[in-house]
Amino acid sequence: MSLSFLTPEFIVLRDRERCNNCGLCIKLCSFQAHYYGEKQQRVVSDDKKCVNCQYCVVKCPKNALIVKKHPLEFRQHDYWNDTSIKDIYKQAETGGVLLTGMGNDKKFPIYWDKMVLNASQVTNPSIDPLREPMELKTFLGKKPSRLEVDNKGNLISHMPPQLELEIPVMFGGMSFGSISYNAFKALATAAKEAGTYFNTGEGGLHRDFYDFADNTIVQVASGRFGVNQEYLDHSAAVEIKIGQGAKPGIGGHLPGEKVGEEVSKTRMIPIGSDAISPAPHHDIYSIEDLRQLIYAIKETTDYKKPVLVKIAAVHNVAAIASGIARAGADIIVIDGFRAGTGAAPTRIRDNVGIPIELAIAAVDDRLKDEGIRNQVSIVASGGIRNSSDVIKAIALGADAVSIATAALVAMGCHMCQKCYTGKCNWGITTQNPELVKRLDPDEAARRLINLLRAWSIEIKEMLGGMGINAIESLKGNRLMLRGIGLSEVELKILGISHAGE
Amino acid sequence: MLKKEGQIRIPAGCAISGIMNKKGKRFSGEMIIDSISVMHERSNGLGGGFAAYGIYPDHKDSFAFHLFYDSKVAQRETEEFLKKYYDIELAEAIPTRKVSSIKDSPIIMRYFAKPKIDELYKSELNEDDFTVKFVFKVNNGIDGAFVVSSGKNMGVFKAVGYPEDVGEFYKLENMYGYIWTAHGRFPTNTPGWWGGAHPFNLLGYSVVHNGELSSYGSNREYLRQNGYKCSLQTDTEVVAYLFDLYYRKHKLPVDIVCKILAPPMWDEINRMPREQKRLYKSLRAVYGLGLMNGPFSVIISTDTGLIALNDRIKLRPLVVAKKGDMMFIASEESAIRAVCENPQKVWHPRGGEPVIELLDKTVSTYIEHKYIREVTA
Repeated sequence: MSLSFLTPEFIVLRDRERCNNCGLCIKLCSFQAHYYGEKQQRVVSDDKKCVNCQYCVVKCPKNALIVKKHPLEFRQHDYWNDTSIKDIYKQAETGGVLLTGMGNDKKFPIYWDKMVLNASQVTNPSIDPLREPMELKTFLGKKPSRLEVDNKGNLISHMPPQLELEIPVMFGGMSFGSISYNAFKALATAAKEAGTYFNTGEGGLHRDFYDFADNTIVQVASGRFGVNQEYLDHSAAVEIKIGQGAKPGIGGHLPGEKVGEEVSKTRMIPIGSDAISPAPHHDIYSIEDLRQLIYAIKETTDYKKPVLVKIAAVHNVAAIASGIARAGADIIVIDGFRAGTGAAPTRIRDNVGIPIELAIAAVDDRLKDEGIRNQVSIVASGGIRNSSDVIKAIALGADAVSIATAALVAMGCHMCQKCYTGKCNWGITTQNPELVKRLDPDEAARRLINLLRAWSIEIKEMLGGMGINAIESLKGNRLMLRGIGLSEVELKILGISHAGE
Repeated sequence: MLKKEGQIRIPAGCAISGIMNKKGKRFSGEMIIDSISVMHERSNGLGGGFAAYGIYPDHKDSFAFHLFYDSKVAQRETEEFLKKYYDIELAEAIPTRKVSSIKDSPIIMRYFAKPKIDELYKSELNEDDFTVKFVFKVNNGIDGAFVVSSGKNMGVFKAVGYPEDVGEFYKLENMYGYIWTAHGRFPTNTPGWWGGAHPFNLLGYSVVHNGELSSYGSNREYLRQNGYKCSLQTDTEVVAYLFDLYYRKHKLPVDIVCKILAPPMWDEINRMPREQKRLYKSLRAVYGLGLMNGPFSVIISTDTGLIALNDRIKLRPLVVAKKGDMMFIASEESAIRAVCENPQKVWHPRGGEPVIELLDKTVSTYIEHKYIREVTA
């Protein structure tokens, strides 16, 4: 083998005073970054293998480890920076597509951080959530434009099926296979406890989780893995996945190494076989085909469950969303370009799709202009980091959001972006039983519930500050937002005024 | 330059008052002027107005259009437009008297008119929708023209000034109605535009409102999708259109309409019996964008009654009283006691609990002279 030109990305600093050579780090690191150096007669590290997941740093009983960005720098060049040079080395060595995990990490504008919220002063009292009820309950699904009530006050109209959320935050699609059994269980438990929903991704639903059916959104994606009548029956809603924000336009690939017995049973594929989801659904080549699939699912589920359609935010997302609404979907999930994933080609992750903030505003505007906004709910996802992102998404026009990366971080993810290797030291994106064991599903669920609780308190505080005591009054209420440092075009697309206006 | 109402959103605090004779007996506008003037401190002279029902018995089957014009050009254009679609029975200036504090009066006209049958037929609309369309076209399409009110046998009288001065300006002591509402405004800006004063009216509905809707942005968008253009950027306009949408267009019972505008909390809904719970859940799911959030007290008047409503947690004052056939609603109890010495019942409705008082079915046009007092001309 020829010499690799690649230099380490990180440097592992071991405090020799503190390290007592217990060797725990050797046992823990699935990337084998630590080993016992026979020559040195002590535990040493191989910087090249370190992915900076910080598992050893957190677990070292002596706090002897620090991982830092490697100080080695190429000669300064603004255009040919470290990443572009190293990527070429990698491809010159392997001849392959660059792979990565998680979401777009490039320096595109983060519109969340360029929008600020309003608060009441004098003319309108702010409402104190500690003293007054503050309501976050949200319904997702098709709404009739009007209700009929007879003069005795009885409801005559029939309500289409709705998802009922106690907090306008759901967990986004993550399959059993891409994440571990324990991580999956934690999401299901937390969704049930918090009164929201988790999403199976394209990985089927393990029978152990049938009890969570009322909080489960099952996904039907291009590979149809794990899809059967029983699967559809054990759900609150069904999501047709057309695309995802991390890799719009391409399919998915779960490597055979991650397909063990349980994953194999759940996905209905042989053990050890690659699970390849094609780029398009092979029965959807146009919007009318989508309509057929939507109604096939509705027929199968007796029109008792809302059908979601998930798409990546791309250039003409507004027109596509309008088509989806007209095709009969009850909920549209729009996934922005910051969305994470277990594995994506780097070039696609970093260069395809548009920011979710702009997509929400464009879709909301379009559906309103066409007078069909009530026919469909909008769920925004792809990089929601905190409660103020949630508030801003709803003020821009979303009905609710989904979080996935944030949920993984709550469980322990340290964003090393190596999910696709299946070696997750935190037991989240791995199927290795030894690693999976590291994630206690109850503890992880508690952390997720805590996160949702914390966000809901923050959302209530911010709502109260705006003089609002029910989340529906924030929906599409863009007067509550002002932009900072945005161009006129950006302000126009977001439909907001500049701060000071 | 200061922006006109409609170009900018102006928060305002207010005084409101409403009086009704349940038997439909008509009484002079002096009573409501006396009531609202007690709450002088609640307004700042930048807007006052009145809505009166039963004032035009001689033209009760025609739409009574009250209009403000900034110029003769606007007047000419609007009158041509009106003539095209309506048969005009009578066009005249609304009588006013000079009052030192009321300045920069626009041209103030009223027209009693009926839609032309062939135009109505062509439009495939009913008389009310036809008229709503006409009002929107004038208000949004003709520069310098503003339809102040467009109901039948009723009218709105408003101006920039304190309400008691506005009442004097319009000689309301000589007008007789069975329902009166009044408004004194405390805007936080100085628009100086007469159209921006309240009450706000559409067809037979008039709204006086004290509050600032924090849900304004959502409500406005929702109304836009339902064909209403909020040209004034005021909350009051939103209240009127929401009421029109639910009551007239969706034909919902009036108590249900109130429960959409100020719905019960989820805690309360969860305790309801099954069918009622299903209704309220559906109302909130479907009509969530019609929820009026933030502080408000509002009086909605129609030709058949009065509705008083507070926001869900009563962030603005609202008092109701009754004596005999008379019903009183006001921001402050003092405004009721000023015109009704010993009310039989006085109460503060809870947040979100509407007070709906309808006229008795048989309405007389009798004038109750005991409310008439000597007034200097």
